[in-house]
Amino acid sequence: MPLVFTLALRNLFHDRLRFIATIIGIVFSIVLVMVQMGLYLGFGHMVTTMIDHASADLWIMPKGTKCFEDPSLLNMRDRYRALSTGGVAEAIPLVIGFADWRMASGEMTPVFIVGSDLRAGGLEPWNVVEGRVEALSGSKAVAVDSSYFNRLGVSGIGSSAEIRQQPVHVAAVTSGIRSFTTTPFVFVDIDRARAYTGVPSTKASYLLVRLNPQANRDQERRDLASNIPDVEVLTPAEFRERSRKFWLFGTGAGAALFAGALLGVIVGTVIVAQTLYSSTKEHLNEFATLRAIGSSKRYIYKVIVCQALLSAVLGFSIAALLGDIVVRLTQATALPILITPSLLVGLLLLTVIMCVGSSIAAIIQVTRIDPAMAFTR
Amino acid sequence: MSEPLLEAVDVAKDLGSGAAKVAALKGVSLSLNGGELTLLMGPSGSGKTTLLSVLGCMLTPCGGMVRICGQSTAGLNPEEMARLRRQHVGFVFQSFHLFPTLSASDNVRLALDVRGNPAWAARKRSKAALATVGLAHKTKTFPRELSGGEQQRVAIARAIVGNPSVILADEPTAALDGDNGRAIMKILAQIAREPGRAVLIVTHDPRLLPFADRIVHIEDGRITGEERDKTHTAEA
Repeated sequence: MPLVFTLALRNLFHDRLRFIATIIGIVFSIVLVMVQMGLYLGFGHMVTTMIDHASADLWIMPKGTKCFEDPSLLNMRDRYRALSTGGVAEAIPLVIGFADWRMASGEMTPVFIVGSDLRAGGLEPWNVVEGRVEALSGSKAVAVDSSYFNRLGVSGIGSSAEIRQQPVHVAAVTSGIRSFTTTPFVFVDIDRARAYTGVPSTKASYLLVRLNPQANRDQERRDLASNIPDVEVLTPAEFRERSRKFWLFGTGAGAALFAGALLGVIVGTVIVAQTLYSSTKEHLNEFATLRAIGSSKRYIYKVIVCQALLSAVLGFSIAALLGDIVVRLTQATALPILITPSLLVGLLLLTVIMCVGSSIAAIIQVTRIDPAMAFTR
Repeated sequence: MSEPLLEAVDVAKDLGSGAAKVAALKGVSLSLNGGELTLLMGPSGSGKTTLLSVLGCMLTPCGGMVRICGQSTAGLNPEEMARLRRQHVGFVFQSFHLFPTLSASDNVRLALDVRGNPAWAARKRSKAALATVGLAHKTKTFPRELSGGEQQRVAIARAIVGNPSVILADEPTAALDGDNGRAIMKILAQIAREPGRAVLIVTHDPRLLPFADRIVHIEDGRITGEERDKTHTAEA
């Protein structure tokens, strides 16, 4: 083991209480950043879940649509204009909107209706764990997620309720289709979606465009945009990005999450800086001795930076374990925390930068050491 | 006569500034030759430690010249002074200044590590240096488990392991009892017998006189006298 590393390790472990406080500081800071960023990613993932699961090459939507939940409507005439465009194979209407769900007990709760042409398969429920998607074509049939059973007052297939005073029964149950707004999604056939949301048959929320295999998506997109007035034609990636931007930055949610993460970084930096500074101060005589016996400043910096790196690696490892627990605990909640491998790598880099950056104060102190101190102390 | 290993010519050094400025050294000239143990003696505040710091390339003189192994310290920046120290000077301090978290062997190895020596060679040489001071059996012992005399012997091993030309020792026996002090002086006298090495010891302990080849007296920042003693015995 290199002596610099041994010295750094022993310096850290010399005052165990302070070392533990440092590690707790780093862990607290990184877990805070991890949770905030995990929430950011989880939120970003949740707000686009419908777009992710829709089968479309292009989305046609009213001009100015901000996100999937936007209540603006298109004219169904636009569907025929879209179908008349060369490379378009299908233009599947999608109707969305809020409605009131009345439980058998009489209690009411809002739900978010998602209705598409089930024969065309534009946006069908996924992760179906009970019943079948095809059953939704039956009269009064709806699909709900098992995580909302309590909210909706149902217990599974066959349970009954009312939407807009119209009786419905659960014909399919999904798992894990949760809304970040906590309003349960209810999947239905498009005709009943109109009835439940009040969207007339001449209107639709979106048109999901499927292109012929040989069609050029960019060209078709340009043609659709020029053929149909007052609409926007977006790729799924663009719509995803727009939805994310709206929910994360248009509402301030993202800024709040970033502010929390920044707070974590600041807290961590201050704690590590304070610890390294006081540790350096305590070992000043030793550093002066090192200088006296001829060590370069660089050698001493290596000891201090090594201390910072050791703290970073240990702190990050514990934080990553805690992060894993947090991810598991939030998996079934309304807003699961999402920690991706790239987030982990980014957090490791952040921890290292934070800890090494924190050593600057200690390094500045060491640069002022007078080696002659070794004679006078 | 061969060139001195360490030479100070008309060295002056002021400490402090403004009204608190003190002339600690006022034109000191001194040279250290290989194979010699020199004692630098003087009362407190006479400038002994300041002279040691200047000779050890820790302080830059305000006037005069210091040359170590033929190399002048004039105009050197702190990093170049540090390089000179690690190349040519070994230090022994009054309060040992061992690293409490490192074993005896690692404390000695540190002097080689700062010189960039490879770890395997440094381990071998640090063991040999500890054997020279009679601590071959305590390589893995930590300073807190060693007596004062043993700690000073580790410090001496650290000073000699890099094979420096000059060993500068500041009151090396002050923190030790008579027996341990004598043992330390025997080791230093032994080290000073090597023709390519000079040892300068700052002290005001008259019990060290029998070990000296030469005694230099300093008072009020000036060398006030010098004696040569060819009758001393390392067995004293």
